[in-house]
Parts: sequence; structure tokens; C-alpha cells
Amino acid sequence: MASLIAGGVDCDVHPAVPHLTSLLPYLSDYWRDQVTTRGMVDLVSQSYPRNSPIVARPDWRPETGKPGESLEDMQRHVLDPFQLSYAICNPLYGVQMVFSEDLQAAFCRALNDWLVKEWLDRDPRLRGSIVIPTQSIDKAVAEIERCAQDRRFVQVLMLVMGDTPLGKRALWPIYEAAERLNLPIGIHAGSAYHNPPTAVGWGSYHIEDYVGQAQAFQTQLTSLIVEGVFVKYPRLKMVMLESGVSWISPFLWRLHKFWRGVRMETPWVDRASLEIVRSNIRFSLQPFDAPPEPETLIRLFDHMQSDELVLFSTDYPHWQFDGQDALPEGLSPDLVRKIMIDNPHATYPRLM
Amino acid sequence: MARHVIAPVDELPPGTRKFLEIDGRPIAVFNIKGEYFGLMNRCPHQGAALCEGPLIGLAQSSDPGEIEYTKLGEIIRCPWHGWEFDIRTGQSYCDPRRFRVKAYAAHVEPGASVVKGPYVAETVTVKVESDYVVVEL
Repeated sequence: MASLIAGGVDCDVHPAVPHLTSLLPYLSDYWRDQVTTRGMVDLVSQSYPRNSPIVARPDWRPETGKPGESLEDMQRHVLDPFQLSYAICNPLYGVQMVFSEDLQAAFCRALNDWLVKEWLDRDPRLRGSIVIPTQSIDKAVAEIERCAQDRRFVQVLMLVMGDTPLGKRALWPIYEAAERLNLPIGIHAGSAYHNPPTAVGWGSYHIEDYVGQAQAFQTQLTSLIVEGVFVKYPRLKMVMLESGVSWISPFLWRLHKFWRGVRMETPWVDRASLEIVRSNIRFSLQPFDAPPEPETLIRLFDHMQSDELVLFSTDYPHWQFDGQDALPEGLSPDLVRKIMIDNPHATYPRLM
Repeated sequence: MARHVIAPVDELPPGTRKFLEIDGRPIAVFNIKGEYFGLMNRCPHQGAALCEGPLIGLAQSSDPGEIEYTKLGEIIRCPWHGWEFDIRTGQSYCDPRRFRVKAYAAHVEPGASVVKGPYVAETVTVKVESDYVVVEL
């Protein structure tokens, strides 16, 4: 495995909300009473079944509670041993599943305030992503503007499988706000389960959802590129989180090949897809989904034609590697430095 | 560069195109609203008979959703993969730096000057009182 260097930025860690009741102190009186009197249960999606091996490394799994719910564990497991300068918290709590735009907005607001008080205020290395209520674009923009006043929020977080293709123009006010406030949009694996988690319908097994994430990322990248998001918002960065990276080059070849024949359908796309990806899209490292041979790895990066696309991540507490082996074998020391330090700082301007 | 007489003008009215082979090269000559254009009839992508494709306009946009449509009938679209080429310059629009089809100048000459030469008119009988479409390659 390639050697880690100190001062890196972990672009994808997951602090867990212990239970819906953990958010009660951050809800308004009205919504607090609604949660208790209605008897609302914990928001659990099927994306990460608690006992699935991938949900937590055995040595990162607590005896009680959810993996990732303890700051002390996160410090002991990643912040300290990986000698990180920053870690970006991406809370994956099922608030996106809620259909009521009012309730979803209340939960997102509570979740963001919970992140500030229970995590960001307690460790200076932590940074946050703003979780937004995408059922209402107005409320999503308002939440971005509210949270962005705290410079420790460095990103807006969306799910790769929400309600609509992410390039759709109805969502553009979110992108306008993000670009204006120097916030990249992080697109994380996972579904709001408002649509089947695969393009072909509902599968039977966990692995179908998990492997299918890569197709969802491809479809979203296509949508974002051909709808012209990066023509309208050329400074906007989007980070594909937990997307995998091995599919990028063949996917881009396919997209570019077909675009050349139907260019007139989306004439605002005036560059090759790979060029758009190089200027506006980044990918988190883990889960790294390429074969383990260094030659394959080097070829993969050659095909991307850039050493600026990949950002270091551990995906804590999910089980993607053992020990300290977060960096795949075959990365040169220069590339390690780019992935761990330079690329994250170039992507997240608020990281300081 | 030689000038080839390819047809009397009345054989190539506006909206038509003529396919021919000159020095072993497949060529098409178009009459678009009274202007004449010569183009190599071989797509630089994979060799299709490019000039058998439809003539369309040029869609351009700097603002997603707003399309400016110009050069109506001046863009030839390859029948195989849909690539667009500018009939005036031969440049492609999907990859202008790498792909271009050879374009040849074409125009009308009166028969009186055609008979004086130097012109190559192997297959066309030239009469002094007629006008002819001439392509240069």
C-alpha cells in the first residue's frame, strides 16, 4: 500500500445520528411535539443495514449504538491515526426519505445544527456538509444560505438517487447558491427511496443496491453535463462521494461517443465530457473499486488524463480497507500528496 | 490544382447535389440557394459517404435551453453517426480541431471562358453559349 502523509484531508466521514430523538433539542417546539406525539420512529434506510459488514469495520464497530456515533471513536479511529488536518462530515441520516417538505426542512435544519453542536464545535479538525430539503428548492436554498454563514460548512450534500435527475433546471437555484457561496455540491451514494434504487426496478438483495450506485452516478453525471449545469455555473465543483472510480473512463468514452452524433440536441455543451469532468467534477477515493495491481491503477489514472480528480477519503466507519491501508498500492508520492492534500484544498475553498 | 467542369448549370439546380469521382476521389458538388460547394464525399470519421446525409442548420447556444439556429441548409450530417460538417469549410462541430473534411471551391463559369482552358472537361461537352459548374481540386 502507498504510504500516508500527515496533514491530509479526509473528504468523507460519517458521523451517525444515534436516534431521531437526538435531534429533539434542535427542533422547534412545534416539530419536537410532532415527533413525540406522533411517535415517529428512527429514520433508518436500507442503504446501510446495521449488521451488514460494509457498514462498519469490525475494529470500528462499537459494542452498543450505531457505528460512527461517537466523536471519541472517530478521533481514535481516523482523525488521530491518519494525522488528518481536516475531515469533512457527511451525515447520512434518512431525512431525504421524508416526503413532507415542511417536515423534511425541519429535520434538515435540526441535523445541520446537531452537526455543529455535537461535532464541529467539539473538534477543530471537523468540517461539515449542509444537508438540504430537496422537496422544496426555496427551502433548500434558504438552508444553504443559513448554514453558509458558518465557515465550517464547506459543502452542500445531496444523494445520488433523489427525486429527479440532478441536471434538471428546477434544481439550479441550489447550484447558483452553492457557486456563489464557494460550496461544492457533494453527491453521495444512497437513495431517498422515492424511486427504485436501480434503473430497472427493485432488486432483491443488498448487493444490487450497492453495486447499482455506480450506474446512478453515471446517469447523474450525464444529466449534469448535458443539461448544461457547468455552462451556467462554470465555477461550480461537484464531488462524487463513494462513487467508485474504475468506471469513469469507459463511461466518459461512451458519453462522448454518443454526444458527438447528437451534439445539436444540447448545443450548449461545447466541450468533450472528459474536459468538463476535469474542470468541474471530483471523486472520493474510497471505496476504491479497481483491481489491486499497481499497473492497473497507473493505467486507470492515465485514462483519466488528470491527477487532480481524486480526493482522499476513508469513508469512516464503513469497511472499505483494513488497518491504515486507505491508499491503494502503486500511487507515487506525488500523487499521494495531490490526493491527500492539494486536490481537497483546490476543491474546497472554505477549507482553512 | 486543376479546374474540373462537372455539369452545365441547369443540371444542378438549387437544392440538388451531384456525386462524381475526380482523379479517384469521391466528390460531391452542392447547389445551395445558387451557391456552389464541393466536398469530399468521405467522412473523416469512418469513411461513410458523408454527402448523402441531410443538410441541416447549425444549432449553437451559450445559455442552456436557448438555441440559436443559423446556417440553415449549410451543415451536412453524416448518415452513419450524425457528425456535423460545415459545407463551406469542411470543419466538424463535435471535434473541430481533429476532424475536417476536405472542401473544394466550386463556382459557375461561362462556356466561353471554359473552352479557352485550362479546364478538365472529360465527361462534359462544353458549349460556348452555356454556363458550367466548375470545381477546383
